[in-house]
Amino acid sequence: MSTIELRKVTKRFGSFTAVKDVDLSVAAGEVVCLLGPSGCGKTTTLRVIAGLESVTDGEVVIAGKVMNNLPPEKRDIAMVFQFYALYPSASVGENIAFPLYHDGISRAERTARVNRVAAILHLEHVLDRLPNQISEGEKQRAAMARAIVRDPNCFLFDEPLSRLDVELRQSMRGQIKEVLQGLSKATVIVTHDQLEALTMADRIAIMKDGLIEQVGSPHEVFAKPANAFVASFIGTPQMNLLEADLKTFADGTAEMAVAGINLAIRTDAAVGRLQPGRVTIGVRPRAFTATDTGDRGTISARAELIEPMGAETLIHARTAAGADIRVVVTRSQRVKVGEALNLRPDPRQTHVFDGAGKAVRS
Amino acid sequence: MAESILGKLGFGRASGVDKAGWGRTLGVAIVAFIYFLPVLFIIFTAFKPQGDALLVPPTLSPTSLFGLIPDHFVFKPTLENFGSVFSRSMTPDGAPEATGFDRYFFNSIFIASASVLLALVIGTLAAFGFSRYPLKGNDTYLFIILTTRMLPAIVVIIPVILMFRVVGLSGSYLGIIMLYTAFNLAFTIWMMKSFFDELSPDVEDAARIDGSSGMRVFFKICLPQVIAGLAATFVFGLILTWNEFLFALLLSGPDTRTVPVAMNQAVSSGGRGTDWTLLAAIETLFLVPVFLVTFFLQNHLLRGVTFGTVKR
Repeated sequence: MSTIELRKVTKRFGSFTAVKDVDLSVAAGEVVCLLGPSGCGKTTTLRVIAGLESVTDGEVVIAGKVMNNLPPEKRDIAMVFQFYALYPSASVGENIAFPLYHDGISRAERTARVNRVAAILHLEHVLDRLPNQISEGEKQRAAMARAIVRDPNCFLFDEPLSRLDVELRQSMRGQIKEVLQGLSKATVIVTHDQLEALTMADRIAIMKDGLIEQVGSPHEVFAKPANAFVASFIGTPQMNLLEADLKTFADGTAEMAVAGINLAIRTDAAVGRLQPGRVTIGVRPRAFTATDTGDRGTISARAELIEPMGAETLIHARTAAGADIRVVVTRSQRVKVGEALNLRPDPRQTHVFDGAGKAVRS
Repeated sequence: MAESILGKLGFGRASGVDKAGWGRTLGVAIVAFIYFLPVLFIIFTAFKPQGDALLVPPTLSPTSLFGLIPDHFVFKPTLENFGSVFSRSMTPDGAPEATGFDRYFFNSIFIASASVLLALVIGTLAAFGFSRYPLKGNDTYLFIILTTRMLPAIVVIIPVILMFRVVGLSGSYLGIIMLYTAFNLAFTIWMMKSFFDELSPDVEDAARIDGSSGMRVFFKICLPQVIAGLAATFVFGLILTWNEFLFALLLSGPDTRTVPVAMNQAVSSGGRGTDWTLLAAIETLFLVPVFLVTFFLQNHLLRGVTFGTVKR
């Protein structure tokens, strides 16, 4: 079975801990994206799976076998590198054929396989060229072809689309997804681009400072972020995280002071277990309704900057106490700079994070 | 027609940068000519009749260039000097004898190519090791390797002679080849290490993930990427070794003498003064092998020298 499992994997470089106690399992046919800001340890995690870095602690299990001490060439995996890592002195065809030399495959079979993946990835016309004679998109596809030409235990992708322009990135995203769906292998994709993760992954693991903050389906990490970091990292425009002072909670309604404004808002029942004090509330820019008159359920703010985004308009508003709030409204809703807004957060989409940043949810 | 000849000489070659105009090209041509002048003078001297070498003013050209050059600057080219290199009479009235120069040329070619190739093989492997599997104190070792090159040969010659005498290597091919190999190694390791350092580590990682052992990664992936570097290192090493004089003078024997040493002896023996046309003929012949090697490797050479600047 093509599976990957990380058990309490830790990787230290000297005194620096790059990856800390990471547990992750990827089932056959599943695509997991490691998502996080630069330096969060996602690429190191991938390299640990590949065997390019040794683990300091924990176990790397691929296809049911502990592989901690096996060098990369013995792990039977395929990897696509960020900069493609095509062999510069070999033609595209030789590049794709390269992994096949070790499996004792006949020449005819090798040619047949290369031609087959070249056809899937539209590379037939560049097979005789050198890597520096083809376009970025073709390089990406050649790297991909080299990975899928044999039948490895699993696939690893390191920032596979980061070097492509926006248009190419969109079409490649679809192509990669399509190719992977036909292969039923465990796949790990490292990316810092949340759109890439949300569109390609079955599950997303969000990392920060070497730790996995949350693992879940794209829907889960978006709708139920485990903590304030995940909440702010996933979703564009970014979720509004507002410092609040929790006062009382009764009948599913919390009374709190947000940026100097007293607010009564329906929240998750679990909020009732919190002691009054500092919390953070998170509301996505699209979860506000702008109303004509203010009441105890709205935050009043003034529009400071308007950014039309096509179908929608992004408004940067500021409360009297100086807190910035991003609001997205539909194009038809005309708002002018300086206009007063009464913003009502949608109770079902209002997240409360405790003093440590953890989501409070029942 | 004219254009195709110019093209072959490289004048019409398209490149990524703006081509310089005729003015600059002419400027460079003049400087290049000045560089080449001493070599050209030697080559012409080699073809001069014996008495012409010391004429004042000197004769300058084998042809009058359709009357452009006055007659007293023109010499009548002859090949007799080249014959004298290999066979000439050693006493005023003696019959021609073999000079042994065929042997010395063989020695020079054999010793230089053996030691440069040996240094290239060992040095490239060592450089890969220094680049990819650094030791504790890696830079210290690299520094020490280079110390042999920091001193003029004359300074280290005495300990080297003593070492050779103790192990009985003086005058043997093995000895001189080992010595040159050791000297070239310093240079080869430094050169090749910098070429390996330039390679993308991702490419090697990819090859390992694709199932290659360390050896295969080296031979199939790394080596093909540094061919330009190998060529450049080979040529530079060859030129240094080919022209080496002092060690060869003191450590080679009668059978293993190289051309620079033999050249010195040929012109300074016999008490008849220096035979300049003979010397020029030896020098001209001596120039041919290294000239040919460099000429055929020059495309690689240029790519090798500019490696870091144009690669990425």
